[in-house]
Amino acid sequence: MGSDDGFIEIIDVTKAFGPADRRVYALGGVAATIRRGEFFTLLGPSGCGKTTLLRLIAGFELPTSGEIRLDGQEIGHLPPFRRPVNTVFQNYALFPHMTVAQNIGFGLEMLGKPKADIAATVERMLALVKMTDLAGRRTDQLSGGQQQRVALARALAPQPKVLLLDEPLSALDLKLRKEMQVELKRIQLETGITFIFVTHDQEEALTMSDRIAVMSGGKILQIGTPREIYAHPTNRFVADFIGETNFIRARVQGGKAIVGGEVEVPLPAAPAQGEVTLAIRPEHLRLVAKGTAGALTATVGDAVYFGTDSHVHLTLGDGTGIVVRQQTDPDGREGPAPGSVLGVSFPPAAVQVLED
Amino acid sequence: MRETEATREAAQVRRNWLLSLPALLLLAAGAIGPLFIMLIYSFLTPGKYGNVEWIFSLDAWRGILFTRDIFDETLKLADAHLTIFWRSVRLSFLTTVFTFVVGFPTAWFIATRPPRWRAFWLFLITIPFWTNLLIRTFAINQIIRNEGFLNTFLIKIGVISEPLNLLYTDLAVFLGMTYVYLPLMVLPLYAAIERFDHRLLEAGYDLYASRLAVLRRIIFPTVKPGIIAGSILVFIPSLGAYVTPRILGGGRNMMIGNFIDLQFGQGRNWPLGASLSVMLLVVVTAALLIYVRFANRDRGHG
Repeated sequence: MGSDDGFIEIIDVTKAFGPADRRVYALGGVAATIRRGEFFTLLGPSGCGKTTLLRLIAGFELPTSGEIRLDGQEIGHLPPFRRPVNTVFQNYALFPHMTVAQNIGFGLEMLGKPKADIAATVERMLALVKMTDLAGRRTDQLSGGQQQRVALARALAPQPKVLLLDEPLSALDLKLRKEMQVELKRIQLETGITFIFVTHDQEEALTMSDRIAVMSGGKILQIGTPREIYAHPTNRFVADFIGETNFIRARVQGGKAIVGGEVEVPLPAAPAQGEVTLAIRPEHLRLVAKGTAGALTATVGDAVYFGTDSHVHLTLGDGTGIVVRQQTDPDGREGPAPGSVLGVSFPPAAVQVLED
Repeated sequence: MRETEATREAAQVRRNWLLSLPALLLLAAGAIGPLFIMLIYSFLTPGKYGNVEWIFSLDAWRGILFTRDIFDETLKLADAHLTIFWRSVRLSFLTTVFTFVVGFPTAWFIATRPPRWRAFWLFLITIPFWTNLLIRTFAINQIIRNEGFLNTFLIKIGVISEPLNLLYTDLAVFLGMTYVYLPLMVLPLYAAIERFDHRLLEAGYDLYASRLAVLRRIIFPTVKPGIIAGSILVFIPSLGAYVTPRILGGGRNMMIGNFIDLQFGQGRNWPLGASLSVMLLVVVTAALLIYVRFANRDRGHG
C-alpha cells in the first residue's frame, strides 16, 4: 500500500486521554499524507491537537486507533527509540551535563556508531548550524538562539528520515525568529530531510512551508500549499485563522449569490438555493464612490493607519462589519471621513464560498 | 565623596563584626573547645581509673593500629581494631549503597507525583523522625530477634523451622542503619529529582537511548549533586553510628562509635578514645572535602 509520494501516511489516527468513561479526544480521526523531502507544517491555535499529532509521530504517545506509516512501514506502536525520527523540542531539552559536541553526538553514540564517525558527523553538524567555535561549551552558557541551533544539530546528527519541530522558534525574539526561519529553510534544503513543523504562527507557516495542514479541535480542516490555503480556504475557520477575512452572508438564487439584495456575484459552484457565507480578503476590497455598479453600500466607521496601508472599518446595510485594506496614497491624503457612505467593490474572483 | 562613602562602609563592617563578636566567641568556644580538649587528651597517658595523667605520650596514636605485646613489649598490628574499622567502613558503605538502591525509586516516585501530593509523601518519609532513635532501634530488635515477629511469622507460615539468627549480626546492624538513614538519602535525592527536567527523558528516548541508557546517561549525571549529598549524609553518620550497632550488633559486632565509647568506659583509656575520635573526625572531614570538590566541579565551568 501507499502511493509513490506518500512518505508518511497518517491513517485515521485518533488519540484519547483520560479514563474510559470520561474520554477526551485530542485527535478525532486525522488523515494526512506527507511527501518525501517536504516542509510540512501543522498549523493551528493552541489545543488544536497539532502537538499531539507530532508526539504520536515521534512516539511519545501511542495512537488510540489508526496507523502511522513511514516509508511503507507501520511505526505507530514503536517506542521513540526505535523510530528513525528525531525531534527539536519547544524548549530544546538540551542535556545540561554535556557539552555542545556531546549533545550533538548523543544520538549517534546511542546508535552505537564508531567514535571516529561520531566525531566527523558532529563536526559536520556544527558547521551546518554555524556553531563550530562553541563545540566545547556547556549548554547553559549559550543564548537562546545558540541553544536552538544545538537542538537542531542534535536532532539532525543521526540523519533521521523525518525531523519533527515542535514550535521551535516560539521562545526566540522576533529578529532572531526571522533569522532562524531562513536558517531552518536553508538547512532543510541542504539536508533534504522531511520536516514536520508545528506552529501557531500563521506567518511562519506561510513563509516556510511547502504544504500546510490547518488544524482545529483535533481535526485537520484543510491541507494545501500556502497559496491554496490563503487564496482558497474551504471553511470559515481556515479563512479566519489564516490572515484576515471579511465574512458576508449571501442568498443564492439561480447560481448567483445576492448580497444585501443589491449586488449579484456569479458563483462557480454553489447550491441552487439557500444561504452561504462569502469570504473576501480585506486587500481585495476597494473603496469607490457610492452607487457604483456592483459595489456594496457601506458606512465608514474608523480607520487605523499602519504606514504602508490603513484598515478602514465599515458597516454594511445589514449591520455586518467589514474591513478594507487601503494602500496609503503617495500624496499622503487622509482616508475617508467617518460617517460617510461609500461603495465597496471587489473582483468576483476574490470571493470564496465557504462550507459552514 | 566616594572616600567618605568608603570609610562609612568600612565603619559599618567593623561595627557588624563587633556586634557579632560575642556570638562568634561562644560558637568558637563551643565548637572548637571540645575538639581541642580531645586533641590534647590524645597525647596524654591514661589514668588508672579513667581520666588522664598529664604526661606526654604517643601511645594513644600508636594504639589506633598497634598493640604492645604483654610479654615482650613488641608492637603488633591490632587485628581487633582493624576488624572494627573494616566493619565500620564496610557496613557504612553497604548502607550507603543500599539506601541509594531503595531511596532512588522512592524519591523518584515522590518527585513525580502531582505537586499537592508530594508534601504528603514527604511527610510520610519524615514520620520516623518523630520517635526517638533508641525506641525505633529497639523496635527493630523486637522484630528480628529469635522469638520476634519476623521469625514467629516465618515459622508459622512454614517457610523456616528454626528461627533465623539475625540479631547481633552484621546483617542486623546493616538493616538497622539502612532503616535509620534512609530518609537522609531520600530527601536530597528528592530535591535533585524534583528539579530534573522531565523533557530530557523524551529527548533521550528520541535520540535512541534505551530506558537503561536514559537512566545511566541522563538521569544519574543530572541528579548527581543529590546522589553525592545523600551518600555523604548517610555515609558519615553511619561511620560514627553508636546506637544501632550497640542494640542490634550486641557487644561483639562493634563499630568505631562503640569502640570509642568503650575506651571512655570499661577500657579506661581516654587518650585512645580521644585519638580514635580525632581520627574519625579527620576521615569525615576528608570525605566532606572530596564532596565539595565533586560538587563544585559539577556546577563548574566548561
